[in-house]
Amino acid sequence: MENLIANFNYVIVVILMMIGLWSMLAQKNLIKKCIGMAIFQTGIILFFISIGAKDNALIPILTEASDHKYHDPDVAKVANPLTQILMLTAIVVGVATLGVGLALAQKIYREYSSFDEDEILNKQTK
Amino acid sequence: MTDQLPILVILGPLLGAVFAALGGWFRPKSSHPLVIIGLVLSFVAALKLVFTVADTGAQKYWLGGWGSKPGYGVVGIQITVDHLNTLLLAAVSGIALLTALYTKRLVDTELAGRQRYFYALFSLLVTGLLGITITGDIFNLYVFMEIAALSSYALIAYGKGRAYMAAFNYLIMGTMGACLYLLGVGFVFAKSGTLNVDDISIILPTLGQSQAVFVGFALILLGAWAKMALFPFHGWLPNAYTYSPTAGAAILAPLATKVAVYAMLRIMLTVYSVDYILNSPSIQSIALGLSTIAIVVGSFFSLSQTNLKKIASYFVVSEIGYMVGGAWLANKPGLTGAMYHVVADAAMTSALFMAIGCIAYRLGQSKLDGLKGVFFKMPVTMAAFVFTMAALIGVPPTCGFFSKWYLIQGAVQAGVWHFVIALLISSLVKAIILFRIVEIGYNRVPHPAVDGNPAIPCNEAPLGMLIPTVAMALGLVAIGLATSPLVNTIIAKALPATLTP
Repeated sequence: MENLIANFNYVIVVILMMIGLWSMLAQKNLIKKCIGMAIFQTGIILFFISIGAKDNALIPILTEASDHKYHDPDVAKVANPLTQILMLTAIVVGVATLGVGLALAQKIYREYSSFDEDEILNKQTK
Repeated sequence: MTDQLPILVILGPLLGAVFAALGGWFRPKSSHPLVIIGLVLSFVAALKLVFTVADTGAQKYWLGGWGSKPGYGVVGIQITVDHLNTLLLAAVSGIALLTALYTKRLVDTELAGRQRYFYALFSLLVTGLLGITITGDIFNLYVFMEIAALSSYALIAYGKGRAYMAAFNYLIMGTMGACLYLLGVGFVFAKSGTLNVDDISIILPTLGQSQAVFVGFALILLGAWAKMALFPFHGWLPNAYTYSPTAGAAILAPLATKVAVYAMLRIMLTVYSVDYILNSPSIQSIALGLSTIAIVVGSFFSLSQTNLKKIASYFVVSEIGYMVGGAWLANKPGLTGAMYHVVADAAMTSALFMAIGCIAYRLGQSKLDGLKGVFFKMPVTMAAFVFTMAALIGVPPTCGFFSKWYLIQGAVQAGVWHFVIALLISSLVKAIILFRIVEIGYNRVPHPAVDGNPAIPCNEAPLGMLIPTVAMALGLVAIGLATSPLVNTIIAKALPATLTP
């Protein structure tokens, strides 16, 4: 239990991903599927940020020392910048995917005047 | 100059995509030649790399010269061309080039006025696929995966009507796969602290039995399986490839799933190791079971279809089972068969969809009932079609025979009999479908050679489509005849050294 409280961000990650996965797979409404997709991706972004975070960490940039030189930062003290950079890319990918998904949903609505998966299947088989 | 070859492979189609979108703005006709130029550049570089790799071994290339820095490990992104991926690189760029030549007429009629969007997406898709194949960085692989996936959603949605729903389902499944893959990468990164494939393969064995590493492996596999449409994730594939425009299916069906199989092979063999696979027998038996079911399900569903495109799409589902099963046999003939079949199946599926595209172009549809007399109308196309089907069934000396030979050998050696039976069932089903098509195409019309019967005019597909189709069908024999040099000089060296013969 203490372990869970200490790592509550991972608990939230799991909850977010479950909500996202459930609405991607089980929801009938196409827009809700898109929302689920966004929530799932948010969960993953939070996961990556969590594994790179550290308590009282320094920012990973070089600072000028008193001898006017740029020494390498102490790796043990700075936060891992790589996870944040990766997630910048993942956010861009996520936005692009969501955009394409919503554009497709709009096209489907114009074709079948419905967002409901069952109703669309009914109209397709007619 | 030659040390810059690896980057040229992906730069060609990437610049081709940009210039096709921009150039097409001013001069709509310029988009096709611009894409062709990019693909030629990529193909020449990939072909040169095959010989370089066969002669001197793996080529490593640091993007922007950002190599590893002492004390910090890897700084930049690495791209790698080694024995595992060099053949697939040449196959992807070669098939893309032939398909680009082939689709000219199709796109002009099917997507008139939107050629430049199509070719920009086409080239971007090829960039993504080549990127997945060439990269040596597992996060970079995710980015290229999504580049390829986003352009393929758009390509499928060009089919209109039912294609929108098919593309949407593909988008949901594809995004789920990519997200699971990314999550797995997170686990691997958290434990190893690096994304470079070579570095991870050094660090992972030192971690011992780690739960996080195992979970990462399972998640990456699930993601790759969703992307490659292995049973039970195959639901999106048949509709997506059937309702997409013929030109889109011709590039998507042969390459998109095969490259995902390669990604799985790369993760299995280079990032993790064969020993790791053999030490996780539960995943191995699940994977073998799923691939057997995929082969059987794909085969039986293809029997019940009436649309030629849908039959071919279910073939893709069953062929995925071949490769995944071969890879998870985890012995020498099995892995050889899987690696060989990735290239061979890309060529076979490409030839099949090209021939179906020719038929659909001339007849205006691809239903089985509409094929009456097609052997008299389009003799050359149907010759290529029958030839390709023979390769898919596994008639020597085509490449389909050799991949089945290796796969069955591997399955027998590992004692996985259900996989052997599935392979034989799949061959049988393909033979049945070929005979059914021959029956409809030949026999359901009065034979024109008999006196008094009406003559059937020959109405072949345009030469621009016919020549790539025939070339690809002949290529199947060429790959088959070149089996022993390909396997001995390249594929055998991609196998891990620890593998028992």
